[in-house]
Amino acid sequence: MPKDGGIGASSKRREDVRFLTGNGNYTDDINMRGQAYVHFLRSDVAHGTLTNVDVSAAADMPGVVQIFTGADFEAVGGMPCGWQVTDKHGEAMQEPKHPVLAHGKVRHVGEPIAAIVADTLAQARDAAEAIVVEIDELPAVINMKDAVKEGAPKVHDELTSNLCYDWGFVEENKGAVDEAFKNAAHVTTLELTNNRLVANPMEPRVAIGDYNRSDGEHTLYTTSQNPHVIRLLMGAFVLGIPEHKLRVVAPDVGGGFGTKIFHYQEEAFCTFAAKAINRPVKWTSTRSEAFISDAHGRDHVTKIQMALDADNNFTALRTDTYANMGAYLSTFAPSVPTWLHGTLMAGNYKTPLIYVNVKAVFTNTVPVDAYRGAGRPEATYQLERLVDKCAHELGVDPIALRRQNFITEFPYATPVAVEYDTGDYVATMDKLEEMADMAGFAARRAESEAKGKLRGFGVNCYIEACGIAPSNLVGQLGARAGLYESATVRVNATGGLVVMTGSHSHGQGHETSFAQVVAEMIGIDESMIDIVHGDTSKVPMGMGTYGSRSIAVGGSAMVRATEKIIAKAKKIASHLLEASEGDIELKDGAFSVAGTDKSVAWGDVTLAAYVPHNYPLDDIEPGLEETAFYDPSNFTYPSGAYSCEVELDPDTGHVTIERFAAADDFGNVINPMIVTGQVHGGLAQGIGQALMENCAYDDEGQLLSASYMDYAMPRASDLPMYDVDHSCQTPCTHNPLGVKGCGEAGAIGSPPSVVNAVLDAMRSGGFDVPHMDMPVSPQRVWAAMHGGAEAAAKVGVTASNAKPNA
Amino acid sequence: MTQVKMTVNGKTMSGDVEGRTLLAQFLRDDQGLTGTHIGCDTSQCGACVVHVNGEAVKSCTMFAIEADGAEVATIEGQANADGSLNVIQQAFQDHHGLQCGFCTPGMVMSAAALLKDNPKPTEAEVRHYLDGNICRCTGYHNIVKAIMAASGQDVSAIAAE
Repeated sequence: MPKDGGIGASSKRREDVRFLTGNGNYTDDINMRGQAYVHFLRSDVAHGTLTNVDVSAAADMPGVVQIFTGADFEAVGGMPCGWQVTDKHGEAMQEPKHPVLAHGKVRHVGEPIAAIVADTLAQARDAAEAIVVEIDELPAVINMKDAVKEGAPKVHDELTSNLCYDWGFVEENKGAVDEAFKNAAHVTTLELTNNRLVANPMEPRVAIGDYNRSDGEHTLYTTSQNPHVIRLLMGAFVLGIPEHKLRVVAPDVGGGFGTKIFHYQEEAFCTFAAKAINRPVKWTSTRSEAFISDAHGRDHVTKIQMALDADNNFTALRTDTYANMGAYLSTFAPSVPTWLHGTLMAGNYKTPLIYVNVKAVFTNTVPVDAYRGAGRPEATYQLERLVDKCAHELGVDPIALRRQNFITEFPYATPVAVEYDTGDYVATMDKLEEMADMAGFAARRAESEAKGKLRGFGVNCYIEACGIAPSNLVGQLGARAGLYESATVRVNATGGLVVMTGSHSHGQGHETSFAQVVAEMIGIDESMIDIVHGDTSKVPMGMGTYGSRSIAVGGSAMVRATEKIIAKAKKIASHLLEASEGDIELKDGAFSVAGTDKSVAWGDVTLAAYVPHNYPLDDIEPGLEETAFYDPSNFTYPSGAYSCEVELDPDTGHVTIERFAAADDFGNVINPMIVTGQVHGGLAQGIGQALMENCAYDDEGQLLSASYMDYAMPRASDLPMYDVDHSCQTPCTHNPLGVKGCGEAGAIGSPPSVVNAVLDAMRSGGFDVPHMDMPVSPQRVWAAMHGGAEAAAKVGVTASNAKPNA
Repeated sequence: MTQVKMTVNGKTMSGDVEGRTLLAQFLRDDQGLTGTHIGCDTSQCGACVVHVNGEAVKSCTMFAIEADGAEVATIEGQANADGSLNVIQQAFQDHHGLQCGFCTPGMVMSAAALLKDNPKPTEAEVRHYLDGNICRCTGYHNIVKAIMAASGQDVSAIAAE
């Protein structure tokens, strides 16, 4: 039976009440007395030299307070990059300057050129139209392979080329990998694109800068997943404000999915301008601005090859990937195609030799950075599509081929530098086969065929690496930050307590699930526990929420701090009970002396800590507040097996998802309801990528999918009910909760099974299409089936090799 | 500037607005009713759905002056008189039909409008009706489930949690 509280209970979310009644406090809900509004005039060309930015007429427009241009920021630092990748020759990546406002050149559509601050937003927008901007347009580079050709226009004149880095991993393995390919009985090759996406959290970004002249303190309210990271990056590298004079608040945040990790120019601008004009300055992104200023995701072009022996064992894997960085390096962009992608290429398989090459490329497009999964969906998609292709080329069952090559013994050191601590890939596949009702598939296919439709089944496995750590390792890998987390537990005199966590909740429900953990540890009611996050003036330090790290890293810090609280409380209890500290037990919110009926309640101990009349003052200080920093010793490795069943209308190419099953191993689970919800959301984003979503540029760098009119956001009618299970649990061995993280799994694990299922449906109708790039839209599906070579090529797919069944 | 006056959640509210002021802006900026959210600028996302004279309306697509004299209902007025969650709100909490909460006010207002016209919608009808409301967090599963549960239908056969 599920518990009704504590770890493992599907406790209802306490944050829901404020969100359901309109009482949430999102950044755009905050208004400061006397605030001015900023509107950014953005480049409408992808590449050009700024020859003139004349603001004189606009400056005289009604309500205009001040207009800023790139020249105003010459003395200010540029936007920093938080990760330095070293290339295969041992050289540091090329790292261009990234100005707050464009200066000299514009490098992508949407780059801010001028910032108009006015009394009202309408006045700022009106004034923007009076600014004269002259740009000498330059040829834009959009396609990555064109961008690295000799003589291609350079995005950054000061760099030697558009190649950010050429990364080899593990470079020493390359020779052995190539040798294994020479000796292979079979080689499967697949070329594919991982389509560019826009994260699209429903809340657009917002920044409000405020400056207090009396104490010299800056405050930035911002839609961030990691306010402390913004404080550090913006304070130290952009504006030169020490942390103790800079407060960053990220209140209720309406979804992030990675795109709210990064430090953006608008944050620095509002903080800077608030001091310059001595008024709070507010910016609220429109959705149209979000499309051209939020960091995009994915956008890899890959060639991947698998070598197999005569018994169908995987003997070697090699990949060549071009990864789009966009026009500038966003905060963590260089890490995504490298350490978050190359390290995942073993997947669930014991392939002994692996070599990964990644060329990161600058183009005249919006910067690309982490989006839900970040590198791991790209790794999973190519590997799991490749394994399926192997199976079909060899004429073997795709599940059997996977099972044959599964890693079965743990810990397992991969040839790509990581060690999986636990997992049971056979168990999750067994579970999946049960959930998918494979025995009933033939009947369901027959039913579809009777309606003139095709039905397909696709499967894939995935491995994830969450909670990137430890700090000393990631430092060697190029991270310019630590990847620990902190928590402070402050117990009040009357027994209630507050956990101040550096993790940030923007939909994940930490206020509920984190409280469940502490409630279980102390044995008090969850209602006595409050979780505080998102304000650097309340929480001592934090690295924030991304990479499915909150419970594994932030939760572990909270556990460590709570353990310290319990240890001190036991000392106090032993004094009150006149017993030896070693004999004190804490259960159900009371301290007792083992083997006796003597006990003292939690609340009496906490009161004694703050009213220390009867207290061991010679041994311990009054008060009950503890802080812990937790730096994990390894990543965590969630894993799973997913299946998708689709119905395809051969007349229109339209695909519907009929069934979707996800069998995940997240280790221990704190709140199954929340975990299931996280998987649902991830699945929707993964299915969205596979079926619908695509961020498209034309050859001149104009964004074609620049609003919800053109970018296909999945709607309720596009998606199915999901069948989600996380009963296969191999707990993480190196964190105190045995948890692995669940936020990204759905988005990582779902795209390959969708595409595998669509190709299976096509095969069942006699259409032999070896691969289709995502999104497998009706246009592409129809063209591949019926369009012939020319029509198929126009929409980026390969035409069917075979004619359909009669 | 033009003066507008309307009844919002049973209270009379008035203010001076420009011709271009949207109802969503009037509610959020002039009246401080920030529960109504703005998630796009093309009338697609539905985070701003309110009821005007009993009909679901995207308040980003209506000028404030068009609502002059109207009866407007927003998320702030949906709870029961004693402050407890109403049936739809409670179903959203019970079935985990929200995560970040940003689309939620529009979802709840749309759901209320749907159930008024169609008290026992099928799953397909709920999904079709929500075409004008985008959620990026939940994958819709639990929203659809919550709305069906709020209509009094047994949702126990729909996958757990």
